[in-house]
Amino acid sequence: MSGLFSLRRLMAVIIKEAIQMRRDRITFAMMLGVPLVQLLLFGYAINLDPKGLPAALVTTSQDHYTRAMVSAMENTGYYRFDHVVSSASEAERLLQAGTVSFVVTIPSDFARRVQRGDHPQILIEADATDPAVASGAISTLGTVAAEALLREQGAEAQAAQQSAGALKVIVHRLYNPEGVTQYNIVPGLLGVILQLTMVMMTSMALTRESERGTMENLLAMPVSPMEIMLGKVLPYLAVGAVQVIVVLSAARFLFSVPFIGSLGLLLTSILIFVLALVLLGYTFSTLARTQMQAMQLTFFFFLPSLMLSGFMFPFQGMPQWAQWLGEIFPLTHFLRVVRSVMLKGADLQGIAGEMGALILFVLLFSGLALLRFRRTLD
Amino acid sequence: MNAIEVHDLVKRFGTKTVVDHVSMTVARGEISGFLGPNGSGKTTTIRVMCGLLTPDEGEGTVLGYDIRTQSPSIKREVGYMTQRFSFYEDLSIEENLTFVARLYELDPVAGIVRDTLEDLGLSSRRNQLAGTLSGGWKQRLALAACIMHKPKLLLLDEPTAGVDPKARREFWDEIHHRASDGLTVLVSTHYMDEAERCHRIHYISYGKLLASGTVADVVSDAGLTTMVLTGGDITAAARKLAKADGVDQVAPFGLKLHIVGRDREKLEAAVKAVAAETGSEWHQDQTSLEDVFIQFMGQSTDNMA
Repeated sequence: MSGLFSLRRLMAVIIKEAIQMRRDRITFAMMLGVPLVQLLLFGYAINLDPKGLPAALVTTSQDHYTRAMVSAMENTGYYRFDHVVSSASEAERLLQAGTVSFVVTIPSDFARRVQRGDHPQILIEADATDPAVASGAISTLGTVAAEALLREQGAEAQAAQQSAGALKVIVHRLYNPEGVTQYNIVPGLLGVILQLTMVMMTSMALTRESERGTMENLLAMPVSPMEIMLGKVLPYLAVGAVQVIVVLSAARFLFSVPFIGSLGLLLTSILIFVLALVLLGYTFSTLARTQMQAMQLTFFFFLPSLMLSGFMFPFQGMPQWAQWLGEIFPLTHFLRVVRSVMLKGADLQGIAGEMGALILFVLLFSGLALLRFRRTLD
Repeated sequence: MNAIEVHDLVKRFGTKTVVDHVSMTVARGEISGFLGPNGSGKTTTIRVMCGLLTPDEGEGTVLGYDIRTQSPSIKREVGYMTQRFSFYEDLSIEENLTFVARLYELDPVAGIVRDTLEDLGLSSRRNQLAGTLSGGWKQRLALAACIMHKPKLLLLDEPTAGVDPKARREFWDEIHHRASDGLTVLVSTHYMDEAERCHRIHYISYGKLLASGTVADVVSDAGLTTMVLTGGDITAAARKLAKADGVDQVAPFGLKLHIVGRDREKLEAAVKAVAAETGSEWHQDQTSLEDVFIQFMGQSTDNMA
């Protein structure tokens, strides 16, 4: 008869949870099916560097400088000139209707100005309602346009311009030179999927007991809060492990995401992250009185962490206060770890800070959960 | 030493006092009945005794352990059967019992579970999910689960609600059988026949303990007189008696009318007068436990109003 902690009692709770998990077929199928569906859906669908966007060309002349410009832009892959129109108002209508994402206007005096060296201009109007749509296309344009012009003007002019100190922009995209969105999205999805299922499932753990009336009985028996917590949380670690295998296999075989770093290091960080998540979910379940409340708490937490963690939008692009807010989500730190290890081949030293943050979450959440656990029905 | 000894227990929820200075003792090896109307505080009192609720005032011991500070020890030696079925409906009978056996660290788990299944006649349904059991079987499972660890005290909260008469009879035979082996039982109930099977009873109403003792004690302490009226126009007699001075209860039982009052002389006068008018026979009878409880209930609602 031991007091605070007994392995046998812990095993009793774990086995009971495992049986219940297995009996609840729909939930069990969801835990394994959801990650797969999400992965396939988001992995293939989300593209933060969209190409082949519809564009309209407004031009009146057919000189070779204009043609060179247009073909150079088409060659970037970002522009697809579906519409060639002669008036600005017609182009504006297309843009407003969303038929095209860009309107490129090449003025009629473009060729003349090029020949005279009199600051030729091209007007690009982009539908910037979704900034991601326009950014790639616009960023490549300066370089492309300048190069195209130089080619047309010939070597002589090229030399003259270079000596005059014409600026050429060099862009190096590190770690993901082709800008393949999946490389960024798929490792991130690992964190997002784990977060959604782990927090949601464990947030139900205690509320289900109180809703079904079994809590009263459980409390009347000699089982400690620690045993209940670990017993309810550990089976979900096993589910998390299966999800991790699914996502990592998909990353490797479906999306060919490169894996440069150490698998052991990645798995260790995943373990700590998942532990933080299940403990957070368990804390929720000590707060909520019904399963519905637990669900709402989960989503209240899920959305901001999705938005502010750097999964959906670049973390550094957020204002300072939002970045501070983002730091309080385990997902933020896990995303950095998983991207660093998988794509940049970071070692333990490189991610020590983020790992420390994750461990801190584990300690914090388990303390909070045990503190919040009601030993009585008061 | 008594199995239960509590003094002046008070439990409030918000501004509502659910248990109001309740003191009671239950001797070892005794079957004690805990009676009272719905919402009178029986469940709350039982929960305080097994450490599920902390009392706001008062103190007490259960099996010699302090109810405020030693609830882990109490939990290990008490079997508590909740009013609502509180085992896992998605687990089979055997899985539920195995879970409980492991929590109490019984050894060997499989052997004890098998014996318990055998003992309570649950073997044939061991693999059935608890959620698909009928009321009587659920009750039997709950009883099995709370006596498996051989507790010294059983706290049963309305164990026979929604159970058919045969299963109830078997249940009480089981309880008496265990009590003869030295088990102490505190059982809350609404049924008079069950109250009469207890060694002693405690009557609680609106949080206050109104009576304690053997059935005979409680009946005689109540100081009631019961008259029985037969023959004649008893419907008219009932109408007249309900308004008569000295009459507290009038209740028809088939062709008989039970009339109960606190003041013997006034009651007799009233009954005599009405019997003469309606041409009925009358005689005095023994006051039953039910008469006493209905009297209690009438009085305490008066107090609340």
